[in-house]
Amino acid sequence: MLTITDLRKSFPSPEAGGQPVEIVRVARFELAAGQQLALRGESGSGKTTFLHLIAGLLAADAGRIDFEGVDVAALGEAARDRLRAERIGYIFQTFNLLQGYTVLENVLLGMSFGSGRMDRGHARAQLERVGLGARLHHFPRQLSTGQQQRVAVARALANRPRLVLADEPTGNLDRRRGQEALALIREACAEARAALLLVSHDQDVLGQFTYVRDFADLNRPAAAGTA
Amino acid sequence: MTLPLILYRSLRQHALSTLVTAGSIALAVGLLMVVWMVKAQSQRAFVETSTGFDAVLGARGSRLQLVLNAIFHLEASPGNISSADFEQIRRHPAVKAAIPLAVGDNYRGYRIVGTLEDLFTKVEYSPGRRYAVQPGGRVFAGAAHEALVGSFAAERLGLRLGDTFQPYHGLVFDPANQHEETYTVVGILEPTNTPADRVLWIPLAGIQNMKGHDPKFATDLSAVLLQLRTPQAGFMLDMMYNRQGNRLTFAYPVGAIIADLFGKIGWFDRVLALVAYLVAFVAAGSVLASIYASMSARRRDLAILRALGARRHTIFTAVVAEAAVIGALGALAGSIVYGALLAGVARIIRAQTGVAIDVLAVHPVLWIAPLAMIALCALGGIIPALKAYRVPVAETLAPTS
Repeated sequence: MLTITDLRKSFPSPEAGGQPVEIVRVARFELAAGQQLALRGESGSGKTTFLHLIAGLLAADAGRIDFEGVDVAALGEAARDRLRAERIGYIFQTFNLLQGYTVLENVLLGMSFGSGRMDRGHARAQLERVGLGARLHHFPRQLSTGQQQRVAVARALANRPRLVLADEPTGNLDRRRGQEALALIREACAEARAALLLVSHDQDVLGQFTYVRDFADLNRPAAAGTA
Repeated sequence: MTLPLILYRSLRQHALSTLVTAGSIALAVGLLMVVWMVKAQSQRAFVETSTGFDAVLGARGSRLQLVLNAIFHLEASPGNISSADFEQIRRHPAVKAAIPLAVGDNYRGYRIVGTLEDLFTKVEYSPGRRYAVQPGGRVFAGAAHEALVGSFAAERLGLRLGDTFQPYHGLVFDPANQHEETYTVVGILEPTNTPADRVLWIPLAGIQNMKGHDPKFATDLSAVLLQLRTPQAGFMLDMMYNRQGNRLTFAYPVGAIIADLFGKIGWFDRVLALVAYLVAFVAAGSVLASIYASMSARRRDLAILRALGARRHTIFTAVVAEAAVIGALGALAGSIVYGALLAGVARIIRAQTGVAIDVLAVHPVLWIAPLAMIALCALGGIIPALKAYRVPVAETLAPTS
């Protein structure tokens, strides 16, 4: 479903005097439909950039990101936005909920940019699925951290994605809530038949996955000054 | 549904600045419409207020002063004319009706005008409309010490049927200059929305024979209001009094003389309009500034929306639409400001001149001004929208790892 070949991304670095420094260089990576895979990586290893490239939030410098027959790396920004809106769900470490919108509206917006429709029934069902059926009209600030993460999960699945990308999704939760959140993400993805690509440095999280890969083995950027 | 939701939430989140900005737009739109409408409506009302007469004959002087004095009961009379002059014009074959006026006294600032009963029984003050006396009252009789009071003056002075008053000498109220005569209110006029509403009418002989007035001029008049049989008669009399004679002034046509006055004070309207335009531009600028200033607070939300799949142009449209909606809210409130301001201005004009302007009149400015303001606000929204358009999503959203 997802095949990445020779993917590269550099950013200008102040330390290198504004010269581009390569952050991501992935020769090959594959993820099967419905597969749940965890990437182990330390802070600053470029794994967020890797997820942003797959989601189309960043444009690749080179390489292919073949997602269900479409080369995301070759798409223009508008087409990447559309693809993300329609087929990809993203769970952020910091949740990134819209603070001025209710829980229900956050989930509705998660589905509206793809289809252009707001299916309230589906949004409600997603929130009930994550145990927030009674909090539809609350604002994020009125919820606990764990509840906010569940809203983020419901929102990521609202557009019926084929792929869910999760960036340190339990990083802001305590251990018990982290475990609950992780179980919820995994179950929800399995129910929705969405593939899950999760990055984390937390051994407790990584231990839950059958498939775990070391991002350091995958990502081999050129040393500064050689990119 | 997405755009309305984003607009609604954004306006709610920035409710205070939305309200303040919409308020300044409301003032701008209201002011703009009032300036236009007061100009258009007052000009129309004054030009049409002929009180049923085509011309005024008075002492040699300014035609405008003559009209203001005899028709609008403003300004002083340029001088007196003799009863012989009145008789001459009254008998002229081109004259349909001639009503003499004598001014020079007031009651607590409201003018007392001496005239004949004919004004109230034979003249239509506007086509198809005659003066009417409120139930229980009547027009003053002959040379009696009786008064017929205009509705506005009666209301303001608290005069009712049977009340008595002592006139004061002069057109300006001076408590030290009270006449000895006592007049009884025998009738109150129904409102006419003309300057007649502000006048206390008494018999012509009353003013002429008031104690303290010089008996030498007892038969003199201030002016004669004239209805002519044909427009040609007006030109003929104009030639006779203004070109060939040099004692009297024949003011004709009444409407054109007032229109000329508005032409002369046109610069004032233009200054007011300029002020209103400036206010409108400042208001549109405040939309730009308030949205632009909140852009750093909005960056994260915009980046989240982008991450959820919102395209750049959707974000751009949302910001421009927000500016337009603030403009629309302001324009809507502006119509309330307009209504209140115009009603206030109309009251002042009514109180000062007796002329009623139509506050419900329709004019293209009533839809052009709000629409132009909305467009101007949307235009002001483009600059912050461009900033929103350029928000870098990945950089704004996440600490990289």
